[in-house]
This record gives sequence, structure tokens and C-alpha cells, in this order.
Amino acid sequence: MTERRIRVLIGKPGLDGHDRGAKTVASVLRDHGMEVVYTGLHQTPAMIAEAAAQEDVDVVGLSLLSGAHMALFPRVRDELTARGKGDVLLVGGGIIPHDDMDSLEGDGFAKLFGPGTPTTDIATWIQEEMEKRFEREGEEA
Amino acid sequence: MSAAQGVLDRLVTGDRTALARAITWAESADPRFRAVLTGANERVGRGWRVGITGPPGAGKSTLTNELISAHRAAERSVGVLAVDPSSPFTGGALLGDRIRMDGRTSDEGVFIRSMASRGSHGGIARATVDAVDAMDAFGLEELLIETVGVGQAEYDVVGAADTVLVVLCPGAGDGVQALKSGILEVADVLCVNKADLSGAERLAADLEEAVSLRDVEPHGGWVTPVVSCSAGTSEGIEDVLAALSLHRTWLEDGRLEAHREARRLAQVHRALAEAVDRELWEAFGWRERAVRLLADGAAHYDVVADLIEELRVQTRTAAGGGASER
Ligand SMILES: Nc1nc2c(ncn2[C@@H]2O[C@H](COP(=O)(O)OP(=O)(O)OP(=O)(O)O)[C@@H](O)[C@H]2O)c(=O)[nH]1
Ligand SMILES: [Mg+2]
Repeated sequence: MTERRIRVLIGKPGLDGHDRGAKTVASVLRDHGMEVVYTGLHQTPAMIAEAAAQEDVDVVGLSLLSGAHMALFPRVRDELTARGKGDVLLVGGGIIPHDDMDSLEGDGFAKLFGPGTPTTDIATWIQEEMEKRFEREGEEA
Repeated sequence: MSAAQGVLDRLVTGDRTALARAITWAESADPRFRAVLTGANERVGRGWRVGITGPPGAGKSTLTNELISAHRAAERSVGVLAVDPSSPFTGGALLGDRIRMDGRTSDEGVFIRSMASRGSHGGIARATVDAVDAMDAFGLEELLIETVGVGQAEYDVVGAADTVLVVLCPGAGDGVQALKSGILEVADVLCVNKADLSGAERLAADLEEAVSLRDVEPHGGWVTPVVSCSAGTSEGIEDVLAALSLHRTWLEDGRLEAHREARRLAQVHRALAEAVDRELWEAFGWRERAVRLLADGAAHYDVVADLIEELRVQTRTAAGGGASER
């Protein structure tokens, strides 16, 4: 008998100084009943991964508008794996071209959300995905 | 080897992901947490616990960050448990205390965990003390518990800490507010933060006066010091540390055992109340019985009386062995 809630960390790697989008997503996820750790601007991939490890989150969402996603996103993934958190549901969003989305999705990212994705869709997608995971864990336990 | 044993083994050998997982189990009322804590029980009690409470926005997190820096400078390891409120409507939460402690994430000697209050109304969460126990067992030396921003009556942190630091700031009510709310009574140390703002001196003077007017010392002879600081500009932090350290010395001078025993007893009481509630309400069928009685038109006090009477009968039956069974 456990009281599991979806825990999410929203991180903004790199130097991009706009966090409106990240804050919007964080507050919509909260409205969908999730517990959201927001770590603020200017995080290094190592800081995001270390915070995710300490917080033991189920989901890590990265937001980036600077265009540096192909450099930074995979580094966050590597830092997560190095801390034994390679199994988190890793998602990203921002201004990301379709080709890059495809390549990241084939490379450890569960899902990339392009600009204009309704935030409610993001929340619903995460919820459905996590329900499946919790169910699987329940069967294994 | 069970999952709990694995986490326990890794926890006591300094694996941070094991500590993180143990706290998740504590939060989700996962029975594996109990196994971990039982195994690590004799390691609990070595850390020093400071509860940091006060109204929303007073600067608890910013001050916590300053305290982390000071402890790190003295080469002490630090565990932080920061509680933020859950939405009473959706159950979701935005956990933002960590932002103020940003620079500490990559420090091996610091472990920071955010926690949502999840329906608890005392300023901390049900699992807060469990989580701090896990940090303690892990070996973190200075344990800082930041409560949610409190109003006038949420002081469960008193039962979770060795020292309670109350953080106030100018602009959030005057000394009368503080007198009324009982926040003065729970404080072992009173701190006026944002000393750079106008009104801070006045507030500190009001608090000094309130403390000196007190007829009964709520903490058995300890006179609550009032200190001022500006966490935002790192000024006056040494005064806060000195006051905290004085209180620690005072407790350690023969008073600590009684203090902690009361805390452990409160922990037992709380866990017992939860377990009893769970057992009786769900497993024992009290919920259905209550639903039935209410539907028959019973008033809620009568429902309670009926259930308690039922419990008495059951315990008597159990105590008398099989003899009185009908
Ligand atoms: N002027 C001034 N502002 C400060 C000082 N310390 C903190 N602040 C500001 O006060 C605001 C709230 O600070 P926090 O540390 O988040 O306060 P808190 O008590 O943790 O807030 P909650 O956790 O939301 O209850 C922030 O904007 C800080 O920058 C200070 O010493 N002086
Ligand atoms: Mg705070």
C-alpha cells in the first residue's frame, strides 16, 4: 500500500535566460497533481542530474530556447546515467527542429515537445507514461 | 537480497542515490522504508537538527543557503529537507526552495531534498522526520529542516528539531502579530532577516521586549535570543550561528536526552495513530460501519461512540481469550 506521486524536475541547462516556458510547464504539471522541483536558470548538465538524483524524481524535463540543445541535452542524459538515474523518463522542449527531435528521441529521450505543444498535452502524456511505469513496477515488486 | 537490504547497505556506505530512494519510500509510505530504518536505527541521532520556520517569504531558504555555506566552511556535512505546500485541490506542488540553494548542488558534502506537505497542516510533511532520520543515518552532520511558510498555528517542526529557528522580516506584521501567533513560544532562536530593510530594527526591538515580558519561559530556563541578519547580502550570519550554537551547548548540558526522548515518543504516537487509523478504518471495516450508521440517521458523535464501544468489546473479547466468544 503506497502513496506514490509523480515527481518531476524541470531544468534549464545552459545560458538561455528565458524561463517563462519552463515556469508555465512547471505550474501546469503541478495543476495535474504532480510534485515539481524547479531548479531555476543557468544550470550545468551536472547540476541538473545531481539535483534529479537527490530529489529521486521520476521525470526530468529540459527546456531550452538557445539552440544549444544538441550539445546540452545529451550531456544531461550522460550525467544522469553516471548517477544511476538513466531510467528516468527524460523529456525536452523548446525551439527544436524536427530532425533534432527525431535524433534525440532515438537517443535516450522519451519524447520531445515542439514549440506550440499545448502544455495540457505534455501533462497528459507524462501522466499516461508514468501510469504505465508504476504499473510495471507494481508487477515486479 | 531484498531491495530494502540493498538500499540499506548502500545508505550506510555513503551512496547518495540510496539515501534519495529511502526518502522516496518514506514519502510514499512504502513498507520498505521501515526495513531500512530498522536496519539503520543505531546510526540515527548523531546529527544536529535545526528547524527553520517563519512566514512565507521571510527568507528561510536564503538563510538556509547561508547556513550551508558556513557549515561547509567549517567542514561539516549538511542535509537539507525543505518542505513546500501541496495544493489542497490537485495534490500537486511546486517545490521551489532549492532555487535559493543553487550553488550547493555539486557539493559532495551537501544533500538537499524538497518535499511536498501532502495534506499535513503542521508546516512539515508526514514523512519529514523519517526523511531526516534517513539523512542522519547516512551520516550528514548538520540537518536543516525548512518548513512551509507558516501562518499563526503550524508548528509541528518543534517535534522534529533540536533547535527551532524562527525567521521573521519587516513588513510582514509587527511585534503584536508575532505575540499573537505563538511563534515566539516555539522559537529557540528568533531571527529578524532582511535587516537591510527599514522596519527591521523596530521589529527586533519589539521582539526583544516581548521575550523580556514573558512570565513563563516556555523552554525551561532558556532565554530566546533575538538576532538580526541579512541573508540576501550574507550579513550577520555569524550572529545567527552563534545563537544556534549557544542553544546547542545549553541542550547538550544535560538536557538533550529528555528533549530527544520526547521527540521519539511523539514519533511513536504519530505513527501509531496513523497505523490504528489505517487498520481500523479500512481493514477493520469501520468505514462501512460508519457509512451505515450515518445512513440510519446517526449524528457523528454517536457514530464515534458506537465505534469506540465496538473496539472495547472486541479488545475485551480478545483479552479474555476464546472463553467469552459467542
Ligand atoms: N532585502 C532582502 N531580501 C531578502 C533577504 N533575504 C531574502 N530576501 C528575499 O526575500 C524573498 C524570499 O526569500 P526566500 O528565501 O525564498 O524566503 P522563504 O521564507 O524561503 O519563502 P517560502 O519558502 O516561500 O516561504 C526572495 O526574493 C529573497 O531574495 C534579505 O536579507 N534582504
Ligand atoms: Mg523557502
